[in-house]
Amino acid sequence: MANNPTPMKHTLVGKNYTTPDLLAKVTGKAKYAEDYRADGMLFCKLLLSPYPHARVKHIDKRAALAMPGVKAIITVDDLPAPADSITDLGMVIKADLLGERGLTNEPVYQGEPILAVAAVDELTAAEAIEKIHVEYERLPFVIDPLDSLRPGGPNARVEGNVWMRNPPPPNAKPGPPPPLVRGILKWTEEDFAAAKEGQLPMGKATDEWMLGNVDAAMKGAALVLDETFVTPNVSHQCLETRSTMAYWQNGKVFVHTGTQSTFQTAPAIARWLGIDVKDVVFISEYTGGGFGSKITGGVSMIIPAILSKKTNAPVMMRISREEEHYIGRARPSLQGRMKVGFSKEGRVVAVDMFVICDNGPYEQMFDATAAGLIVSLAYQPPAMRWRGMTVLTNTVPRSAQSQPGGMQGITLMEPVLAKAARKLGIDQVAIRRINAPEGKAEFGAAMGGRRGHATSCFLKEALDNGAKLFKWDERKARSGKRNGSKVRGAGVAVSAFFGGSTGYDGLIIIKPDGRLSIQSGIGNHGTESVSDSHRVSAEILGIPWEKCDLTWGNTSKNLPFSCASGGSQTTHAMTRAAYAAGMDAKRKLQEVAAKALGGKPEQYDVAGERVFRKGGGAGMSLAQAAQRAIQFGGAYDGHELPKDINKATAAAATALAGQGLMGVGKDTYPHDGATFSYVASFAEVEVDLETGKYYILDFLASADAGTIVHPAAFGGQVLGRSMLGISHAIGQKWVYDQHYGAPLAKRFYNNKPPTILDAPANMQWAALDIPDPETPVGARGIGEPPVGGGCSAILNALTAAVGDEVIRRAPVTPDQILASLQAGKPVYAGLKADV
Amino acid sequence: MADHELEDPGTSTPVKLSRRDVIKGVIAAGAASSASYLFRGSTASAQASAPGAVERLITLDVNGQQRRVDVMKQETLAMTLRYKLGLTGTKLGCDRAECGACTVLIDDVPRYSCSIFTHTVRDKKIVTIEGLAGANGKLHPVQQGVLDEQGFQCGFCTSGFLMAAVGFLKTNPNPTRAELAHGVSGNLCRCMDYDKILTALMRGAEYMRKA
Repeated sequence: MANNPTPMKHTLVGKNYTTPDLLAKVTGKAKYAEDYRADGMLFCKLLLSPYPHARVKHIDKRAALAMPGVKAIITVDDLPAPADSITDLGMVIKADLLGERGLTNEPVYQGEPILAVAAVDELTAAEAIEKIHVEYERLPFVIDPLDSLRPGGPNARVEGNVWMRNPPPPNAKPGPPPPLVRGILKWTEEDFAAAKEGQLPMGKATDEWMLGNVDAAMKGAALVLDETFVTPNVSHQCLETRSTMAYWQNGKVFVHTGTQSTFQTAPAIARWLGIDVKDVVFISEYTGGGFGSKITGGVSMIIPAILSKKTNAPVMMRISREEEHYIGRARPSLQGRMKVGFSKEGRVVAVDMFVICDNGPYEQMFDATAAGLIVSLAYQPPAMRWRGMTVLTNTVPRSAQSQPGGMQGITLMEPVLAKAARKLGIDQVAIRRINAPEGKAEFGAAMGGRRGHATSCFLKEALDNGAKLFKWDERKARSGKRNGSKVRGAGVAVSAFFGGSTGYDGLIIIKPDGRLSIQSGIGNHGTESVSDSHRVSAEILGIPWEKCDLTWGNTSKNLPFSCASGGSQTTHAMTRAAYAAGMDAKRKLQEVAAKALGGKPEQYDVAGERVFRKGGGAGMSLAQAAQRAIQFGGAYDGHELPKDINKATAAAATALAGQGLMGVGKDTYPHDGATFSYVASFAEVEVDLETGKYYILDFLASADAGTIVHPAAFGGQVLGRSMLGISHAIGQKWVYDQHYGAPLAKRFYNNKPPTILDAPANMQWAALDIPDPETPVGARGIGEPPVGGGCSAILNALTAAVGDEVIRRAPVTPDQILASLQAGKPVYAGLKADV
Repeated sequence: MADHELEDPGTSTPVKLSRRDVIKGVIAAGAASSASYLFRGSTASAQASAPGAVERLITLDVNGQQRRVDVMKQETLAMTLRYKLGLTGTKLGCDRAECGACTVLIDDVPRYSCSIFTHTVRDKKIVTIEGLAGANGKLHPVQQGVLDEQGFQCGFCTSGFLMAAVGFLKTNPNPTRAELAHGVSGNLCRCMDYDKILTALMRGAEYMRKA
């Protein structure tokens, strides 16, 4: 255990409360991007590519430009050229000349925006779009990754079909791996022929790692299973589309759009617009969902900004639901093959994993890599080989989606574990328990001789807790037993994912009226970490939450350096930063009291909105202390700042100096290991064998995510993200016309996000609430692992009901069950993506 | 062609809107065939009407107030509320009667305002999320239920869910969880916090009965 402060006695952490944004949400006053208006606001519409891959030869804009009310038309040539940029932390982001820019002259998926029109109103803009004639040269395209790997198969990009590393030159010195590039890789006919029907072919992989001796371990295994499975491409489908309004004033651009991360989106806008971040004002008080698709907004948000500059008027870009399906991001499918060796006791002795990620046309997704890491963590194989491919396709762009890669890795592995337990006669909970990580569990390959390890893990306890609450033994007893045409199945799955980062800043001020002002750079997209995290500062200072004022959602309001809210890192990262700010303010209160009243700072304590002599005696209210802090000046009221804080935090603190007693600090707390959270998910289903229709009767997710900061929000994450996983199991997927490269499921009614009637009637969550020893508050993020757990618990409950030879891909549809049961083998064993 | 009564999937209640009206409205737009979700006329622009478009000044009863407003023939209620009356609490999640974010009450019945032409509701009472709380700011019991249970995450679907629930509870004041789930099943939540939403709405139903 690292040398962290002793756990706190909680007054706010762990308690439910009404978040400061909720009243506005229930009264309709909450303003999302499309709710803003500006004088003279123009509207923008996009012209979308009708082809999956083409080159724009000529654009005839004359008729559109001649229309009254049409103000400007922009193409990619009007956008700033990609340029290298340097992050706040000094990291250079290399420009990708083939990267996504928002508009393009070489559309690489159907629906990609080619140009944008600004007009006095939306109808005029739409009419103008109709009058623009674009001449295209059609180019080869590919929808399914395997088609692209076939000899002579089409390439999604002219420059290549896979993300790969060029081999280092001979005699090169050992160093970090070379950067990823788009290259061409084809497998041989023999590679394809070597796979049996329904098995994933395995040619040369672009990336791999090895742990231990896999071949030897497989030889010694009591049972070896070799299973192929396909997970679906699923769009994020945030209910708020990525509509954006932008205008320029005094040389600054003001952008209203949805984001997961307020502070971190301003630099993204600056990078995409090629301007200084100090010339960006980003406003996003409310965001209608992100799930990984809006980590720092999206590149399309620069379109209205560029149009606004060109027309010298505010521009609103309303994104329709169909457009959102094109530009709104999706989770990549993984086509995977898992060869897993088990001892007769059910211990996983070896994993040989091969995954192909359906990357879409743009930046590389790391889902294949994350899938391997998470499998190595969640099942602790002593020997493992991971091979991965990331193949470019002419399908809509991908991004991280809740538990990116981890969800798919868990979904590839869990059905194998379920099958092995049945073959070996071992209880499903027991086989997961004996393979579960614990404590400082290791994961991945050895880098420089050492493997990475977790901060802590209590998955075994979470499994035990869940099994007890779910009455696992009762459900197991009736699982697989037929009653008329119905059969029930009980399933369990474990899941894990990253749950936190470190090194950010907190910034608070105790005002002379005794109230606490909290500055937050966290995005407000529904997780409530935007306020939950900061309660730590209030708790340290003994200030009731009712006396706290939270400022969030506007980068002109002096916000501190905050993490990007992706991968559920925020609760961990920003409780640490809030702890740093709170402890800084507490120390200053003690010093102010000692200076004003005599004695030493350590003789003073802070509680009950006062700073006072321990054991009784002199003291003052926090309001008085704040007044004294302003008199004393220097560090006390923010005129002198710590050297280690981020320069943006320093600028924010400088702007706020002199207003009261300032607490400002960087999270430098020790942190041994990588932070992960874990969940054990349980489901019971009932399948009608005559119709293939099934219902989820009960669901429970038992979490290990450290200290719970806000139970209602925590439970909402556990069950909401479980529902996302369940949606992958029961129905959500893309369908592409493989001949024309056209997406067919691009509206809600044909890609079917779950409604409230699809949710299990009985859903419960539980959590261990054991503090993580490597972080002061003990809290880890919980938004990720429930996805893989939710999906896999349903799949495992289904196989418990209908057997192991039915399901080879998710989602599982009734016709898939029915056809496979009738044929006596998996009928839907095809490996194609997007069918 | 015979007139059809369109079923509003949110409520299974017939909308008095003839197919001919829909077609006429679309033709009047003189643009893309599905142009009714588009917006004509911003706060400051003074673009002349497109040929064939019929703009008329009408009076709407919104949240108990008489509101005079210029609307196009094919303008949807959602666009009128959001862009002409400043009532942005009504959200657009899909534009086409799929998600329910735009649900408002029309004569106490929940309806998708994205799929209703403003002209057809001239003589109806329209209530939006902004009209749910009392004039003194006292929250509607269902709003209070959501506040007390921390219902909803990102909040984008909240207005629609609340209006659907309030409409349902007016005729079904004492529902089971399953019944209330059916009542709001025409509304999508992408945070999919359905379990907590239902708990919050049930709390609201309880408050409504006590009020």
